[in-house]
Amino acid sequence: MATTSVMGGAVRRREDPALIQGYGEYVDDVTAIGLLHVAFLRSPVARAKITRLDTSAAKGMPGVVAVYTHDDVAHLGPLVAQVPIGKLRPLLAAGEVNHVGEAVAMVVAEDRYQAQDAAEAIEIDYDVLPAVIDLKKAASDEVKIHDELDSNILHTWTYHGYWEALGLEDQTPQVEAAMERDDAVVVSLEMTNQRLIPVAIEPRSVMAEYNPGYGHFTVHSSTQVPHALGGAIATTFGMRTVDVRVIAPEVGGGFGSKLNVYNDEILVSFAAKELRRPVKWTETRREASGSTIHGRGWVGTATLVGTKDGQFLGYKLDALADMGAYTQNFTVAIPLLGLWIGSGQYKMPISWTVACVVTNTMTTDAYRGAGRPEAIYYLERIIDAYAREIGMDPLDVRMKNFWQPDEFPATMGCGFALDSGNYQAAVEKLKEEADYAGLLAMRDEARSQGRLVGVGVGSYVEVCGFGPAVLAEIGFSWANYGLPASFNGSGLVRVNPDATVTVVIGTGPTGQGHETTWAQIVGDGLGIPVEDIQVLHGDTREHPMGIGTFGSRSIAVDGAATFEATKKVKEKAAKIAAHLLEASADDIVFADGGAHVAGSPDKRVEWAAIAKSAYQAHTSPEDVDSGLEAHTAFSPGNATWPFGTHIAVVEVDPDTGNVKILSYFAVDDCGHVVNPMIVGGQIHGGIAQGIGQAMFEEAVYDESGNMLTGSLLDYLVPTASDLPSFDLHRTVTPSPVNPMGVKGIGEAGTIGSAHTIVNAVVDALSPLGVKHIDMPVRPKRVWQAMQEARA
Amino acid sequence: MNVSMTVNGRSVSADVEPRTLLVHFIRENLRLTGTHVGCETGYCGACTVHVDGKPVKSCTMFAVQAEGANVMTIEGLASNGELHPVQEGFWERHGLQCGYCTPGMIMSAAALLAENSNPSESEIRHGIEGNLCRCTGYHNIVRAVEYAGAKMRGEEPPAPDWEEAH
Repeated sequence: MATTSVMGGAVRRREDPALIQGYGEYVDDVTAIGLLHVAFLRSPVARAKITRLDTSAAKGMPGVVAVYTHDDVAHLGPLVAQVPIGKLRPLLAAGEVNHVGEAVAMVVAEDRYQAQDAAEAIEIDYDVLPAVIDLKKAASDEVKIHDELDSNILHTWTYHGYWEALGLEDQTPQVEAAMERDDAVVVSLEMTNQRLIPVAIEPRSVMAEYNPGYGHFTVHSSTQVPHALGGAIATTFGMRTVDVRVIAPEVGGGFGSKLNVYNDEILVSFAAKELRRPVKWTETRREASGSTIHGRGWVGTATLVGTKDGQFLGYKLDALADMGAYTQNFTVAIPLLGLWIGSGQYKMPISWTVACVVTNTMTTDAYRGAGRPEAIYYLERIIDAYAREIGMDPLDVRMKNFWQPDEFPATMGCGFALDSGNYQAAVEKLKEEADYAGLLAMRDEARSQGRLVGVGVGSYVEVCGFGPAVLAEIGFSWANYGLPASFNGSGLVRVNPDATVTVVIGTGPTGQGHETTWAQIVGDGLGIPVEDIQVLHGDTREHPMGIGTFGSRSIAVDGAATFEATKKVKEKAAKIAAHLLEASADDIVFADGGAHVAGSPDKRVEWAAIAKSAYQAHTSPEDVDSGLEAHTAFSPGNATWPFGTHIAVVEVDPDTGNVKILSYFAVDDCGHVVNPMIVGGQIHGGIAQGIGQAMFEEAVYDESGNMLTGSLLDYLVPTASDLPSFDLHRTVTPSPVNPMGVKGIGEAGTIGSAHTIVNAVVDALSPLGVKHIDMPVRPKRVWQAMQEARA
Repeated sequence: MNVSMTVNGRSVSADVEPRTLLVHFIRENLRLTGTHVGCETGYCGACTVHVDGKPVKSCTMFAVQAEGANVMTIEGLASNGELHPVQEGFWERHGLQCGYCTPGMIMSAAALLAENSNPSESEIRHGIEGNLCRCTGYHNIVRAVEYAGAKMRGEEPPAPDWEEAH
């Protein structure tokens, strides 16, 4: 039986009873009288001019209510983006298409079969143009994709150049000088961090209703960012945000794919307003694969320079990052998240250049980790290659170059300071828990028998808890959606007259268990049982402000806001209790479901009496306003910087190249832990997605731009049989940037695991002389690497 | 076409188009929305239900093919307000996050345990490999099925593997 204790306790999730019995309500479960259904006609070609578009036959099909094309929605402008560098996505193709899956026309019909049939009856001719898929070819500008842009390169992020106001130093000369030293060991590898499809198991779905009498939208959407969507709809239609109610009910996984505002959300709202009927669209799996954002998609060369005895002297990354055809929400800013952790846990000069390149593919944006898994992958893979080159243990190399525990907060060359850390302690704990020496001995024994066993290690630091106001200057805000321009946390805590508590938070959970975790935070603060605390989210009508859930930000920002609001409520409750007990508020202590005077436990009043008094003017103190609630907007001074180190043990089948994970160990440090059961679940899922990238997943376009991985048969998400159980441990290094000392854990596992697996596979094949294999390390690729090494 | 079957112990009957999938019949005609659609192609398993006691991906079957069958969906698994041991295991061992794959996963796991009441970890993993979960990495799903198996055998379930953080 799980405990019911509060902070730090494995409280069972209150979300679960509905979900395990089939009563959870997702968007596609919601319906309305007179509901219409949408199907999109999508481009089958990657780049073309549309020379003819005739919807007349489709309009005459049974059940069809309307067919819309670009001309019908041109007045709404392109899709609003938060970092609008590049070409913004037209709501519907504007005379040309730029990737397979681009929406060309929208059919609205009485049922989804009729809508789909009619979409297929639209007559369209394309004048096909050469598509640019390969990143290097795109970066060469040999074929320029968008006439209105000067280059396919939208922007180039450099370590010193992104934030001019800070006057950051260019460390490239230091890194290059180090390479010239006589004792320098320089190791360099070109590596691919392949494009991925997020694959939330719930397809995206949106249902919009417009009431012309009230002048009001109600929009259900499977989104991580309900307030941003409400703001985007209001901005697009020239309305007040208060007149757009967005509801995100249960959301079936997001991983960043539901952090964008999408053209379909705007278009479905448009149709509902035009037709005065509720309208719904639910994507098919093929649409989810080709028309919902992708992640990653980098090629680059990482170079590490160090001494022969393992001292790093500098790190250089030159990479191209695939933006896809159109810029959406944060698209061009994603590599910047990687830049901030470009030097990882290590104190060294770095030179970091990532160019953002347009191709004729689906837009990329935030997928679990968003820029950080890419950055850490390049760094940690090249550290591994360097350790191998100088013949030093890879954990010893890392330990030698970590920031020291007494150097925090540690200001990096990118201008940010790592808030807190003890990287050495995490490694020491991992070595002990995993019996690292024993693993190496086992590996060596296996090798002596001719088996290909490898032990891989990988460290990471990540940056999360996005909230610092300074980030708004470089686009990390919802300003373009008409909302306050910084990512503050938001928590509203209200003790109700019956002494239950209602907590309203501005997050957009997709399975992270926020209702449970937030009940623990507030319950611990007030001394009210968690069962009596109701936590609401995902409805813009209930909460004045919300940023949503992404970038592992919720606990460190919205959690902290709720923690602070709880304190304010408690201070007010103390005044009311003091009034009832005829004592001083300073002498009130809370315990056992009520409050008493310090030193006099029998001079006591229950929460029930405090709550009731708060809502009756005649029983509350004169100088205290009635009611018992508080709201806090929390703006942290810095992001948070979780970290950890992982170990994977793998065995490669010498005949087939198949990789099997024998065991997986992780030490992750996310500061204080509110619910270890939920934190562990986040790490498990994160590691699984990192392993997915390392071993199985790859979004593939052929050279003509056809999507070859549009189904779950072609795009391999790990199954239960592909993964081991994970052996998790933690260290706790509290963050000083928020009052709870928490950091965030949603992405850590993903950022820590892909390189750990590849390092293990390369270790397994190192007796053959293999130095690198690009992800995913599927059997064919591993087998080929073995053949080439043996040849 | 008319189709009749028993769903969660109740006789149901409706006129449907022959192309109506069983999953759409369950969700839209019967309004039992716990059975989810994740891929419409039989790979993800979110739509798994029991047809005559066997797990079936209900997006790969037409409603009319279930004529006369005994169908159980996630809504029918608990009995008299008491959770099925697999449901209890998922709750006790954090076997779900977003909950979208969960009904199908639970139906597959229940079918597995009905055939093999004491599966090894490897047998559990193979038993549920037709159901994709993107949130949990399957670790706690395996723990949940182990928990349920122990309960069904009348044994004490293994302790959870997380450390409290007080």
